[in-house]
Amino acid sequence: MGGVFSTLMRKIKNGEFVITGEIEPEKTTNIGEILEAAAKLKGYVVAVNITDNPQGFAYMSGLLPSFLIQEVVGLEVIYQVTCRDRNRLAIFSDLLAAGSVGIRNILALTGDHVVLGDVPQGKPVFDLDAAQLVWMIRRMVDEGVDPAGNPIDNPPKFHVGVAANPNANPLEPEILKLERKVSVGAEFVQTQVVYDIEVAKRFLDDVSYLKVPIIIGICPLKSVKMAKWLDEKCPGISIPKDLMEELIRAKERGGKQAIWEVNIEYFGDFIRELRRTTRAAGVHVMAVGMEELIPPIIERAGLVKEAIDWRTYIVNKISKVILPQK
Amino acid sequence: MIITTQKPLEEILNYLRPYRKIFIIGCGTCATECQTGGEKQVQEMKEKLEKEGFEVVGTGMIESPCDERLTRKFIRAQRKNGRALDDAEAVLVLACGAGVQVVAELLDKPVFPGLNTHFIGKVERIGRFYERCRACGECVLGETGGICPVTQCAKGLLNGPCGGMADGKCEVGGWTRPCAWVLIYERLKAMGRLDLFKKFRPPRDYSRKAGPGEVVWR
Repeated sequence: MGGVFSTLMRKIKNGEFVITGEIEPEKTTNIGEILEAAAKLKGYVVAVNITDNPQGFAYMSGLLPSFLIQEVVGLEVIYQVTCRDRNRLAIFSDLLAAGSVGIRNILALTGDHVVLGDVPQGKPVFDLDAAQLVWMIRRMVDEGVDPAGNPIDNPPKFHVGVAANPNANPLEPEILKLERKVSVGAEFVQTQVVYDIEVAKRFLDDVSYLKVPIIIGICPLKSVKMAKWLDEKCPGISIPKDLMEELIRAKERGGKQAIWEVNIEYFGDFIRELRRTTRAAGVHVMAVGMEELIPPIIERAGLVKEAIDWRTYIVNKISKVILPQK
Repeated sequence: MIITTQKPLEEILNYLRPYRKIFIIGCGTCATECQTGGEKQVQEMKEKLEKEGFEVVGTGMIESPCDERLTRKFIRAQRKNGRALDDAEAVLVLACGAGVQVVAELLDKPVFPGLNTHFIGKVERIGRFYERCRACGECVLGETGGICPVTQCAKGLLNGPCGGMADGKCEVGGWTRPCAWVLIYERLKAMGRLDLFKKFRPPRDYSRKAGPGEVVWR
């Protein structure tokens, strides 16, 4: 391992507290909307994750949006790769393509099982798992070879990250698994969503021995309904009681606007505290469809937006060049 | 044990409809144990087919139809003792897919399966069978506390658990079944062998599994 190939990694190495965002290509060919969503995050996040059929849903591939978001929007991406839908050959091919167009950050994931998604009849692949994907990427970058050891002409340059779940129960196998992934060359970690800052702090302490940058995942709560669904229906995720009560009170008081204010306050303070009191390398904000929440949250957290005055220009450029004619 | 279940009668009748004279073969090993192709089930199948207007010209049990030697011996004995097998227009085999294929390879007439073959598994009791082996050819049980991740992890991961684990349960099936990798962790921890848990296992070599499997050592 050597060299720094991306802004994300450069900032992490410089000890800057990084904010990453998330963009989800969906079941659509409206690439323009994806780029517009990314443009809303530009200046507020260092890089944006581009999901790969999240929850096993059959969506647009992340590769082309990743390329266009970097080229047209000018925002660095973290290209997510799961092992659910492609074998090692297919993933390797996509990674060569990604490397050829300047994609520099990869998040290596196992991926949710096909039966959780909206085309459950499909054959799950899992030729590799997340750790083996990290291993394969490291060999591509460090040794310049494919998974069988054949040489690559002009090998790609990637930084490879992995996921971890601070809410996992039991937690020890999760931590040991992370240790395994770091041992094969994972360079950064983005975690599952955490709502309880104490959970984040405990996890950061537990994995500090791994000496790997940890970016804590957060996800704003659009509504009381979403909060209750996550709390009750999503195993491993619990919403702190105080937050839930505040959301319910906000709903009664002022509807959506008041709920957004609760989010801005809660997550703004959450980030501020993480930044001031922990070793967290940053925060990963999963606010798909709630992009307009990111600026006020980041401002509340005391972080400064990078000066980008040409956002409108970009959106115009996108709509002229990329948006399909309707 | 190879775990089988009987096909729906309607499917069997569809196969057999073009023929009248049927010979039924059962399996004395796994299908007998599963109560899908034992003597009793062969007799019941005979009655069902006769009720549907077929003429069952003979029935017989092979100790293990998947063993070509035993199936050859059975066919020889049948021919020595009478003409039933040769008179039959079609043969129905109540055995796993391997058994059906061996019979089909040795007989010059239509051979049909009466069972669906599910997996290599554990018999808890009759009616409760659980998959335990994928016959991957690269057994890792020695490193995983005797619990097979290839079979018991829904994704067959060699480096689990995955992010779908919650409260020790697996995302597949809605967090009702145990996560194999949590079971492995608990077992290895109890054995004082978490070093094995942390070990990285590189991707499998599927080139060894290309095409139908062959084990030839003599």
